[in-house]
Amino acid sequence: MIADFDFSARAPTFAEKLWNINWGLVLLLSAIASIGFAVLYSAANGNLDPWAMRQMIRFAASVALLLCVAVVDVQIWLKLAYPIYGVALLLLVAVDLHGAIGMGAQRWIELGPVSLQPSEIMKIGLVMALARYFNGLTIEEVGRPLLLLIPMGLVFVPAALVLKQPDLGTAMMLIMCGGGMFFLAGVRLWKFIIGIVGGVSLVPIAWGFLREYQKRRINTFLNPETDSLGAGYHILQSKIALGSGGMFGKGFLLGTQSHLNFLPEKQTDFIFTMFAEEFGLVGGLILLGLYSLVFAYGFAIALRSRNHFGRLLALGITVNFFLYVFINTAMVMGLIPVVGVPLPLISYGGTAMLTVMFGFGLLISVYIHRDSRINRRGETQT
Amino acid sequence: MRTLKFEAGRYKVMTRRAALLAGGQVVMLGALGARMYYLQVLEADRYTTLADENRINIRLLLPQRGMIVDRFGVPMAANRQNYRVVIIAEQANDIESTLAAIATLIPLGESDQRKVLRDIRRKHPFVPVVVRDNLTWDEMSRIEVNVPELPGVSIEQGSSRYYPFGDKTSHILGYVAAVSEKELTGDPLLELPDFRIGKAGIEKFNDRRLRGTAGNSQVEVNAFGRVVREINRVEGDPGQQIVTTIDMALQNFTMSRIAAEDSATCVVLDALTGDVLAMASGPAYDSNTFSAGLTNAVWKDLTTNPRGPLNNKTIQGQYPPGSTFKPAVAMAALESGIITPDFRVTCTGSTSLGNVNFKCWRWPHGHGTLDLHGGIKNSCDCYFYEVARRVGPDRIAAMAQKLGFGSPTGIDIPNERPGLIPTTDWKLATYGVKWQQGETYNIGIGQGYVSVTPLQLATMLARLVTNRAVVPRLTRPGGVLKTGSPGFAELPNYASLGLAQKNLASVLWGMDAVCNEQGGTAYGSRITEPGMAMGGKSGTAQVRHMSQAEHDHAPKRPDQVPWKDRDHAVFIAFAPVGTPRYVCSVLIEHGFGGSAYAAPIARDVLRECQKRDPARSVPEDRLIADAGAPPPPRVDQAN
Repeated sequence: MIADFDFSARAPTFAEKLWNINWGLVLLLSAIASIGFAVLYSAANGNLDPWAMRQMIRFAASVALLLCVAVVDVQIWLKLAYPIYGVALLLLVAVDLHGAIGMGAQRWIELGPVSLQPSEIMKIGLVMALARYFNGLTIEEVGRPLLLLIPMGLVFVPAALVLKQPDLGTAMMLIMCGGGMFFLAGVRLWKFIIGIVGGVSLVPIAWGFLREYQKRRINTFLNPETDSLGAGYHILQSKIALGSGGMFGKGFLLGTQSHLNFLPEKQTDFIFTMFAEEFGLVGGLILLGLYSLVFAYGFAIALRSRNHFGRLLALGITVNFFLYVFINTAMVMGLIPVVGVPLPLISYGGTAMLTVMFGFGLLISVYIHRDSRINRRGETQT
Repeated sequence: MRTLKFEAGRYKVMTRRAALLAGGQVVMLGALGARMYYLQVLEADRYTTLADENRINIRLLLPQRGMIVDRFGVPMAANRQNYRVVIIAEQANDIESTLAAIATLIPLGESDQRKVLRDIRRKHPFVPVVVRDNLTWDEMSRIEVNVPELPGVSIEQGSSRYYPFGDKTSHILGYVAAVSEKELTGDPLLELPDFRIGKAGIEKFNDRRLRGTAGNSQVEVNAFGRVVREINRVEGDPGQQIVTTIDMALQNFTMSRIAAEDSATCVVLDALTGDVLAMASGPAYDSNTFSAGLTNAVWKDLTTNPRGPLNNKTIQGQYPPGSTFKPAVAMAALESGIITPDFRVTCTGSTSLGNVNFKCWRWPHGHGTLDLHGGIKNSCDCYFYEVARRVGPDRIAAMAQKLGFGSPTGIDIPNERPGLIPTTDWKLATYGVKWQQGETYNIGIGQGYVSVTPLQLATMLARLVTNRAVVPRLTRPGGVLKTGSPGFAELPNYASLGLAQKNLASVLWGMDAVCNEQGGTAYGSRITEPGMAMGGKSGTAQVRHMSQAEHDHAPKRPDQVPWKDRDHAVFIAFAPVGTPRYVCSVLIEHGFGGSAYAAPIARDVLRECQKRDPARSVPEDRLIADAGAPPPPRVDQAN
């Protein structure tokens, strides 16, 4: 009986949805987050306060959010894509007008008791909006440059707002994530080449718009040894902490550089360094391996979805997540300039945790509703 | 169907591109892994070293400076605990009001408070800042009692050099002070702010032995330099104790005895060992004032004082020896065979050379006819003009050098001056002029070019009474002497001078007569205690060349002459007569006359010295003679 059951013919029930949740992925995310709790516990010299306990509470709340997002029909998310993008854009504008100053940049907005980072919400909003837009285009239409103007606007307007905060890292992520979506949607490669060449030719002009500290960071990246107590301090200390960890690390709670505060921002942006100092190359590679499994899940879910929106959404979220991980770890290893990008699920911080888990909720929603067929207008096809 | 076809087209493109993207991600992840391998495996050693340098801070532990004690173990230089108030900014609530509260307990001026506030601003808030140094016991207790009301304030203990005898020992010991730029050798110990280095005297000469070796403490510090914990501690070795030859009781006595004079020196040697029992140079300074750091006013006072309190005049003062040089002239004549003790000269009050008249000190009276004994006893200048004329300057110089003049004696403290013994070659080389006969007359009575230090005078006498090349020394190699022990066990083996015993005996007999025969120039200052009698020789050294007319009308009383123009008063003495063990030289700068002013000091000091030392006898195998003990001077006289 059940074998004959045409699953695609009707929407799955709530119980079926719960059953269909990709619990393996949830477990994987929990494992990564648990590593984060341990590192935050160590960062506070073996205390749950001030970071580890609050991070656990946030993760619990985020898991609940993930489950709620996951059971909502993907088609509803399609309908909500533009509104969410719109709200995120409004918040970004608002933050430029009233945002509080945090770490020398306007990134936060106070909504009652909650402080929000609209740029984080925008990362999800942009993926959703682009997925919805490209869901409506045929492969031929994607080839028409005029039709690409709207999605380019979707990418560059928030990127410009974020850059103005100023937050170079997030702006770059938005652009790269958008570029990934364009690529997946089938935009011809030569158009990318034109875009990149155009972008590079704009670099000298853009340099003029960069803030002094951004210029310094790029200079420091290119030549970190010149200023070992100033701007180069972060990169140098991070490399020292990483390198001195060696193959197997110094042991849990025994990382000298992080505990003696030589390592800056050890609970946020440089948390990977702290982990690799205490657990060495082996620990670092295991963590990267866990992240790679998440990416693999993302790709697998995308390829199994029978609707274009779901596929683009799943891939967009995966690319976004990958960029997070890559930019953060490459930064602490001194491969790219220092930009303020946290390590997802591990770095201490609320908005990033919520948005990342929201994204994975969408991913699982795509998985649960993988057999829904959605036409170009966003209607369920029977 | 059409929908499905277009759907399949999109799907195919997207799948292909997703595969490309995944491939790209794998490459990027590979790059991350390679980078981690590079940092954590290939470069791990380099970064481990850097990490240790980051966190491990090595702090030197100041070693305790060695003590300096006298021959019996009495401390002459020690280390005194020193208390200071410090404030730790991060523990204090309100620094300004805390400082104001401290100022009500101990003297602490407005400018001091401002200086503390400035220091606090410049340093990390957990670094203790010194509020005031060198607290008295009273001040320390007042702070200690009130510490509960003074958050962040505490008492710290340091160590500072302390000289219990202050200005009684300053020229011997010298002093310690902060290391100057020039003295830095790259040894990090010298760069510690609390380190003190010897700047003069024994403190300087034996600085390396006194210093000890620094220990170190390896501490883990965090990025702000705050000490987290101590990893390892290696205690250093304290400096060695230096045992001096000084007898502190005699040194005290001697310093007090010369204190009445404006500027005087007195050296007492153990002739057998070369031990300096007392070395007094007045006026002196207090070494303790240097340990704490000298004020400009005190320093200016010390450097501009015409009496030269900073100079150890026993080794740095160079004076014409006057008649105290006569024993050396006599020895030169006797040893060269030019004269015998029976050689006679008739003194008429002056001797003429060409158209210059060389006067005897008794001029216009004469001494009549004198032999060597009488010549020394009366210190007859005419007698020694004649002897010098016959011996010649170069033989006098050779004997003088043999007796220790003309070059540093080699005593173990720095800055000793050589003095000057002229020769004919020296005169020609220095002035380009031949030696004049009259100059021979002048050196015959210890004037002219001759200059000596008071220590050289004492050394000469030590060599005359032992017939050995005695070298004075200030540090005892044998350690602390047990009270009552004669200290013969460690007699140094000084080379023999090879002088004829009978010649030495003749000269010493003459010096005996100076003090102990009626009419001797220092008969009034003889020692009357049995077995303690001294022999000596007085000298009056001209400071200023006087014209004939001035000399004729020279005033006879010191208060008629300005201080700086008065003659130096010199006296050298040995005791006890017969078996001499102690020698002494006294020099009073501008003291007018040797027998009248310097001899009483020598008498008192030598008497005190013999009273104090139970071992004033000379060991049997170490009489003044090398082979076949010669008759002591007293015996000679009896014959």
